[in-house]
Amino acid sequence: MSDKKQTVSGKRFGEFFSNIGGLTNFSMMFFKNFLIPPYDFKEIKKHMDELGVKTLPIVSITGIIIGFVLALQSLPVMVRFGAEAFLPATVAISVCRELGPVITALIFAGRVSSGIGAELGSMRVTEQIDAMEVSAINPFRYLVVTRIIACTLILPLLTVFVDFLALLGAYVALMLSQNLTFEYYMGSVFSSLTFVDVMPGLLKTFVFGFIVGVVGSYKGYTADKGTEGVGKASTTSVVLSSLLILLFDMVLVKVTVWLWPV
Amino acid sequence: MAGLKVEMKNIRKSFEDFKVLDGVTLHADCGENLVIFGKSGTGKSVLLKCLVRLLDVDGGEIYVGGVDTLSLNLKELNELRKDLGFLFQGAALYDSMSVRENLEFPLIRNFKFSQKEVDEKVFKALERVSLSEALDKMPSELSGGMRKRIGLARSIITEPKLMLYDEPTTGLDPITAKEISKLIIDLQTELKMTSIVVTHDLLCAKIIADRAVMLKDGGIIFEGNLEDMTSSNDPFLKNFFN
Repeated sequence: MSDKKQTVSGKRFGEFFSNIGGLTNFSMMFFKNFLIPPYDFKEIKKHMDELGVKTLPIVSITGIIIGFVLALQSLPVMVRFGAEAFLPATVAISVCRELGPVITALIFAGRVSSGIGAELGSMRVTEQIDAMEVSAINPFRYLVVTRIIACTLILPLLTVFVDFLALLGAYVALMLSQNLTFEYYMGSVFSSLTFVDVMPGLLKTFVFGFIVGVVGSYKGYTADKGTEGVGKASTTSVVLSSLLILLFDMVLVKVTVWLWPV
Repeated sequence: MAGLKVEMKNIRKSFEDFKVLDGVTLHADCGENLVIFGKSGTGKSVLLKCLVRLLDVDGGEIYVGGVDTLSLNLKELNELRKDLGFLFQGAALYDSMSVRENLEFPLIRNFKFSQKEVDEKVFKALERVSLSEALDKMPSELSGGMRKRIGLARSIITEPKLMLYDEPTTGLDPITAKEISKLIIDLQTELKMTSIVVTHDLLCAKIIADRAVMLKDGGIIFEGNLEDMTSSNDPFLKNFFN
């Protein structure tokens, strides 16, 4: 039993590193193709529209709830320390620095990475990718490069939108409990936010978007074993991209603190 | 327009420890219809995929139109691929595109035709497969036979010199299978392509084949005309066709 467990965990461990190696090669292939024009702007725009429309409702609801809950949870603590005046600033900084970018990226990963994994995986097992290749069309450029670029560009836009909605959600929570005016709240928010609060948070979403695009495309593009492979590509895309988003967040926060010390 | 001559010499291909092709040598002359028979899993589709370099061979030589394809870089290979057509077993239509977009796709991506020329070619290709009414349908709205026809229309829209068919009649009822087989031979007569057809379907082969080969245990065990093959006293061939 113990040996069997070790074998399973050893296999998983091996799979994880095999995934990282595969993803690194796949990313290199992306940059190699990305650096060579022409770019398929029509296809990139189409994917951005699809991904944006697909994700907008769920991230909007999440944004409002994050802000609302964060304000409600923080209020008693701030009151205890007599610092309720700083609540709008606290919420704004938390949302823009960390919660907005990371939660949007995680939801985006769940919605988009699995979708890309399933779509490309299905194309792989039904020989559509082979058909493209044999027609002298580079499927990597057409299917993968366009999707990764679209993910990388759309996530920062979604994050700005989510940040804004989270701040609105927080205002609703504070208005209900503290009769705060909208002008005072927004004044406090914008006077407290600095470049270091907004830009690093926004810049890291480009990395998160890239991760979502690369992982989903990699898992789908390399799928095999028929419909089972498609299902696996879809599921593992979400798990792997979420994990990588959190790992990279840790690294990028450390880099931010190093670049802009308090 | 003449077809391309194909020569495959001593082709070897394994998947991990499993030898699929073990020294296969075959050729198809210009404008010839070659049919490849074999039991499931004997490497017929693998052979076609090796021919267009969708799979890498472990050893051997492949010449298409006198060009050593294994020595080509990707750019040169893609130039050669513009002269090839491939009908996949499941037709491999692009799910997210309409029939029109499926047919336009290779023309728009590989050639510089005007929209009017593209439209003309699309209509002509659909007429050839008698499916003009399917122009704006999505692949999910098509039956198995229609998918095969549209796949065929997409493959021949660039008027290839070499056409490869991977089990073109598998999964179709006998009437539709016969229609597809007749369509293949009509197109071959019209476009003068070289055709290589992988199939299990004897009726299809009878309509199409100029010559046939039988693949078994990684090699070719029979090469000749179809009548000789079907009337052979070899126990395996007898069992296969009866």
